[in-house]
Parts: sequence; C-alpha cells; structure tokens
Amino acid sequence: MSAGPTRSEYDVVVVGAGPAGLAAAATAAGAGLSTLLLDENAGPGGQVWRAIDTTPVRAPDLLGRDYWAGAGLVAEARASGAEILQGATVWGLDRNLEVAVSIGGGSRFVTARRVVLATGALERPFPIPGWTLPGVLTAGAAQTLLKSSGLVPEGRTVLAGQGPLLWLLAAQILRLGGGIDLILDTAERANWRQAWRYAPGFLFTPYFAKGLALMREVRAKVRVVSGVTALSAEGDGRVERVAYTAGGRRETVPVDTLLLHQGVVPNVNLAMAAGVKHAWDPIQLCWAPVLDETLATSVPGIAIAGDGAGIGGAPAAVVRGRIAGLAAVEALAPTAVRRGPSMETLRVARDRAERGRRFLDLLFRPSRAFRIPDGDTVVCRCEEVTARDIRDAVAIGATGPNQLKAYRRAGMGPCQGRLCGLTVTELMAEARGMTPEEIGYYRLRPPVKPITLAELADMPQSESAVRAVVR
Amino acid sequence: MTVRRDAIIVGGGIHGCSTALHLALRGFRPVLIEKDYAGRHASGVNAGGVRQLARHVAEIPLSIRSMDVWEGIEDLLGDSCGFENAGQVLVAEDAAELDACRTRVADLNLRGFDHEELIDAAELRRLVPAVAETCPGGIVSRRDGAAEPARTTTAFRRRAESLGCLIREGVAASNVRREGGQWRVDAGAETYEAPVLVNAAGAWAGRIAAALGEPVPVETVAPMLMITSRVPAFIRPVVILRGRKLSFKQFANGTVLIGGGHLATPYPDTGETVLDWRKLQESARTVFDLFPVMRGATIVRAWAGIEARTRDDLPVFGPSARHEGLFHQFGFSLHGFQLGPGAGAVMAEMIATGHTNTPIDGLRIDRFARA
Amino acid sequence: MFKRLQADTRKPVGIFVDGTAVTAREGDTVSAALLASGLDVRRTTAVSGAPRLPYCMMGVCFDCLVTVDGTGNRQGCLITVREGMRIEIQKGKREIGR
Repeated sequence: MSAGPTRSEYDVVVVGAGPAGLAAAATAAGAGLSTLLLDENAGPGGQVWRAIDTTPVRAPDLLGRDYWAGAGLVAEARASGAEILQGATVWGLDRNLEVAVSIGGGSRFVTARRVVLATGALERPFPIPGWTLPGVLTAGAAQTLLKSSGLVPEGRTVLAGQGPLLWLLAAQILRLGGGIDLILDTAERANWRQAWRYAPGFLFTPYFAKGLALMREVRAKVRVVSGVTALSAEGDGRVERVAYTAGGRRETVPVDTLLLHQGVVPNVNLAMAAGVKHAWDPIQLCWAPVLDETLATSVPGIAIAGDGAGIGGAPAAVVRGRIAGLAAVEALAPTAVRRGPSMETLRVARDRAERGRRFLDLLFRPSRAFRIPDGDTVVCRCEEVTARDIRDAVAIGATGPNQLKAYRRAGMGPCQGRLCGLTVTELMAEARGMTPEEIGYYRLRPPVKPITLAELADMPQSESAVRAVVR
Repeated sequence: MTVRRDAIIVGGGIHGCSTALHLALRGFRPVLIEKDYAGRHASGVNAGGVRQLARHVAEIPLSIRSMDVWEGIEDLLGDSCGFENAGQVLVAEDAAELDACRTRVADLNLRGFDHEELIDAAELRRLVPAVAETCPGGIVSRRDGAAEPARTTTAFRRRAESLGCLIREGVAASNVRREGGQWRVDAGAETYEAPVLVNAAGAWAGRIAAALGEPVPVETVAPMLMITSRVPAFIRPVVILRGRKLSFKQFANGTVLIGGGHLATPYPDTGETVLDWRKLQESARTVFDLFPVMRGATIVRAWAGIEARTRDDLPVFGPSARHEGLFHQFGFSLHGFQLGPGAGAVMAEMIATGHTNTPIDGLRIDRFARA
Repeated sequence: MFKRLQADTRKPVGIFVDGTAVTAREGDTVSAALLASGLDVRRTTAVSGAPRLPYCMMGVCFDCLVTVDGTGNRQGCLITVREGMRIEIQKGKREIGR
C-alpha cells in the first residue's frame, strides 16, 4: 500500500504528469510553493512520454527524438521539490478546490490554493460498425503498448483513420520490426480547400518536415489506400475482416488487429465535474474550456494547461504548463525569486508552439461519416446504446444528452461519456437540427473515475471480509 | 401574446407533470411551464423509492392513494416506469431500534393503517440475506418498491402532452399575478392566463408562495446519491435504516443505488450542486458495516437533486389560504417521488370538483401561520 | 495479438491468469501482459455478454476491466504487474465483493 499525500493542504495541486503537468509542477515548486503532482499512471510522462523511465525500447531513434526530449522535464520536476505521486487517481474536484484522490486502495482529500489541471487529451471516438470487437484498438493504445512494453501487433494489421499520430505510430511499429499490411486513410481531400490558407504558417513549423519524412518512411513500406469513405470491422467474437469503401468501391480484407485513430480531443471530465465552463470548438469539433490568457478557468483558482486546454501538441503543452505554474506563483508568492522565463517570454513561446495548429485542425478534420454513425453502430460502448436507439429517443422527445438518460443509459457506464459524449452531442444536434453548443454535453459529477466502496470508505478491504459473499 | 388555458402549472417535476396529466384526463387544457426541462432536478434524479413505509401519519392517506396509481402506472402512462414492488424494509440495527419499530407499528394499527408490518431477525434475513447478521429485525411494507425517476417523470410529461397539455420547457415562469379574476404568468414571449394556478415549482416554489403573500418556512436542499456499476442481483426490496442515514436499492439492471439524505450544497440560481464527499464517505462506511458483500463494489456516479424542505418535513399541499384559484404542491422534503402520481390525481380532483375524499388536512399551507 | 521486442531485457514477473502461469515483464501493465500472453483474455460485458478486449490502453474506455487479486472492475491498463499477482478475466456481471 503506497503512501498518500504528506500534507492535507498545498499551495498548488497539479493533476496529470504529462508535459504540461510536469512543467507546471516544476515551475510552481521551483519558486518555493508547496506543490503536489498527482498522476494515475505508474510513471511520469503522460501519453507522449509514456514510460520514459522504464521503456524497454532503449535505442534512441526507435521512439524518436521528440520522445526522449521529455527526460529533461521529468528530471526538472523531480528536482524542483514537488511531491510527485504516481498511481494516484484524482476522482473529484470542486469549486472549493478540494481534490479527492484514490491512492493505494484508499481515498484522501487535499485542499489547494491553486489547481492546475493537466489531464491532457484522449482519442476522438471512432464509432464505426464493429469498433467494439476484440482486436480493434485505438492507435494510441498500440503506441502505449509499444512504448511501455515494447509490444508490436502480431498477425495481419491494418491502421485506419488519419492524423499525425497515425503516421508516427506506423513508423514506430515498422522500426520495431512489426508488420503493417495496410493503411486506410480517411482524410477528406476536400479539407485542403479550408486548410490551404493556413499552410504558409505550417510550413515554418517543425511539424511540416517531420510529418513529410514520416509519411515517406511509411509509404515506402506499406500499401496506403487514400480517400476511404466508409469503414467497418467485422467478425464473430473478434475482428476478422475490415470492410472499406474507397473511390466508390467496397473491399474487404482479412485482419487480426485493426488500429483506429482520427485525432485527439481534450479530456474534459474532471474540469467539467468541477464546474468549469466549456464551449464547443467548431474547428476542432470538441468541447474546450473557456480560459483567459493565463489559462485560468471560470472557476476561481482552477487553471487548465496542456491539451486539456484545447489541442496544441506537446511543445505547446510544456509552455502552457509553465504559464499556469507561473500564474500560480504570481498569485500566491509574488515576491518569490524566479529562475525561469518571464510571462511575456512564455506568451511568445506559446504563440510560436501553437503556430500551424489551425492548418492541422482543418486538414485532419474528421468527416461526418466517421463522427456521426447510423443504424445499429454502437455509440455508447459501456451501456451498448446504438445510434438508432438515440435517434429513436430523439423522435419521442429526448432533447439533449441529459434528457436522453430518461430513455437510454448512454453515458451512464463507467467511462462516463469519454467514448460516446462527443458522438451523442453531434448526433443529437444533427437529429434535432441544432448546434452542438445548443445541445450541450453530459452533466458530469465526481467521481470522474469509478472507485470501490472500500476505497471511498477508506477502509481496508480484508480478504476475509471480501470472501463473505452472498451466493 | 396572451394565451388562455384552463390552468397554469408552474414546475415540471413529477408533481407538476402528474397534476397536468390528471387535469388533462378530466378534460382540462392546462399549460405547464418549466424553466429547464421536465425532471431536471429532484424529480429526475432522486432515489426512485416508491415508499409508504416510515411516513408521517399526516401524509399516509395521500401515500396510500398514490400507491393505487403506481400499481396501475403502465395502464395510465403506457410505460412501466421501471416500477417494481418487491417491498421496502426498514432495518433496526439493535434491540432499542426494534422496540421503536414495534411501538410505531402498534400506533399505525390503532389508527387503522396496516401497510407496515413488524418483522423479526429471521424474516429480515429472508427478505435481505445480505444484511449484517447483528440486525434483530425491522419493518416491511410489502407493496412498496422503486421506479426509475427520470423515466417516470418523463412518462408523465409525455402522456400529459399527448392529452392536450401544453408543455413549455426552457422558459422560466415570471411575474405571477392575479388580474381580473384570472391568474397571469409570463413565460418567454407569452403571457398565460387561466382561472387556476398550481405552484409545483419544487425548490423554487417557496419564492412564488412568498411573492403571493403566503410565506412558508422552506429551505433549499440537495440530497446526495451514488450508484455502483452493475453487479449480480443480491437484494430485492429497498432497504432503509432506522438509525443512520442510509437507503439502499438494487435496480433490475444490477446497479445499486446508495442514498439516505446526506446533503450537498445547492446553488439554486444556477441549478448546480457541490457534493460533500466526507458525508458520502460516511454513507460508504455505513454500507461497509452493514453489507460486507458490497465492499468491493464500484461507485460509478454520484449526484444531488435540488428540492425544497419545509420546517416540519411535510409538504404544502392543497388550496391557498389567501387566493381563489391558487393551489400549492411543493415542499415534499426528500420524499415526494412516491406521492407524485397520487398527489396529481388528488390535486386535479380538488381543482375540478372543489373537494377530495383523501384526507390532506395536515398538509395545509396555513399550518405554519397557526403554529 | 501482440509480440514482444527481442531486445526487451526487463526482469520477468510471474503472474497467474485464471490460474494459468504467465510470464510478464517488470513495468508491464496488467493489460499489456494479457495482450502479450497469447491466451484468450476476452472479458464479456455486464450488459449483453459481448466479448471485449482493451481498446484505449490509457484509462478512459474501461474495456480492460479485470479482477486483480480478488478486487473486481480494476482498470488493467493502469495497474502494473507484481510477482504472484492473480488476475481473473471477468465474465458478465462480476460477483460483488470479490
């Protein structure tokens, strides 16, 4: 049983030890603020630098320079004096800045004078027929397996979707000696019409050269089908085939593993549960928190950094983390000695890190066909609610995601809408002829991650007690 | 624009929706005005208990009347509302509590009520095998049970609408006034006018009553609930404790609801609540003690619904003591869900005929003035 | 479904999956160890009994739910393997209290 936080009150509590959280904690603790960094994974790094301490993939060019760039920030955070707790799942936060965390089988409550949420992003739902079949995973899942355990898919493997991560994953799988049979590219060619205006800004970012090199590396070894307009996973008890349509022709290929990806979206659950105001981003097609220039939210004392503040990528996340950390220092210890860059310098760095983003957002905007499913395609994976179920509920009176709960259990399972919320909002908006902003989102509440009753009671769950089961 | 209707109902909770439906069944053409959507607050998110058990004697007749409506709810609404009547059990945790149960049942019997029945340890264990073995008995009300609150409130709303009730959601009722023998209420761009006004505005009803010169000692509260992921069926009846704050129920889908009346902080102006996790931790500890089998169950969600609680924990129900054509139906103080179906029927009866045979004298609004 | 890198030099960790001994590596999550085990580790859902395997591997989808050392509904993708860990694949609604 690991120890919980050493204190019950902190100047700053940071949630999430990815690029933004590490930077925020290092900045706040470095200026002398008592700082607690909570992260639910076994080690720091978030998704982008996952398992940076422990990965078996040690040869530097296999995971790439951007991956190993995280080591410096991890070291800085550790040296900063911040208390860093891994395996610590934050499940509650409210406007009183009370943080509820589950660690080592028990629940602890700590209060903060400032909270920085750096809960990052998650992959956009990809609701195609058969996406719940065993053997269908997200590309991010495959990348996690690759980074943390050196695992690559075995057997016939197909990647489907679009976006930078898809190509990066493909390159990494190939470098580690894995095989990829086919890439099904769902990027809409028409997106170029909106995106090209922003291309000049993008050309001067490091993403441009890196992206081109990755695509070249992958295309040299893998067959790529572009312009895919329909996609489904098929099989009995596990995925066996993937069917796709490209250029008006439908094809079916046998598959053992299907990896899906169509971009990432902010992970909003904890922020929304704390009452932070969010707005629909019509470009990125997701909810994003309403923030001021120091990343402060509508709830006094709570700031959001990293991709949770709107997708910006890892370099932007680091700068945003420093901005949120520095804002906490300026508010709580205005006379503290500061070693890092000034707020003005950070704002310039942030603008630079976010340059080119609009181009990527528009170019890789997922098409309607892959966001708003039809028929019996599962929308809510937890409660197994289909697109048809939701349209039927709309037809008999459900007006929004929360009203839907009177008809269907969509969003009421353990994932709490993370895998269906955006789909439900957009689907109901389309069905009712309204905007996603008007339709709204699930009303979220703590616990944002399920906890056991024993954990909440903060009581030991002894073997003998546990075995006293009603038959 | 002024719209004439037969009655104006303010509040789209289960009470407003039930009254709307029962008025429509009597040929009235009411309008129901709801600032959010039907069942947004307590009526949609309460524990769903359909309970005659452990009620104050003043509301037992209304509760029994309501039970009759519940038992025919599918015929009435075309929706089962998830209603199941596997009974409700009140658990005594020690001999002293069991003595109090015995006194309670004897008192009810003297008053002519026989829905509550004293049970010993063996019957308790038969009904609730998972309960801790130290509990000596309790009380059962066998016709009681539970339903799905959001589904029920929504079903009343839909049925009322299909019978000609006008439902206005997403607009707040304002400027409630009596002019020329008619009630007038503004909602959005419209003004509704009717000879009858029903104040069923839940947590917001106290303000309406006060503005009409009938202040009631009522506070806004938000009882908290939490629910587990699906687990195999292990408990049929709803269980409540006599001593500690706990209610406990397993739905047909396997999820287990844990409630009992610990309160969140309500923010009625924004409709938000902030949960008190230290109190929920107490609930978790009570379950931990009494239902060892639940210790590893996973809590998936928690929430609180905003509602009104009166000083004496009894609803305000019946005609106004000051104004003709005004009826109050609020302040159900954490136990209004079961009463909703019957209260709507009684309210419609009073509005349509001028009287009811269901004794509700103890719920009059002027009881606070007399006290 | 997934195969290990030849150059993986991390220490082996012995775990049990429904009683079968499986060799994982130090630092593996439960879900990674299961997907690399070669065993049929599909759980079935509590709603319809449909088979599932981990989907997101980052703690958001809850399709990796397993029973770990007697405690059910744990997110296998967030828990690191330990020597002697007993893992049970969940079929349908898990027994409460175990």
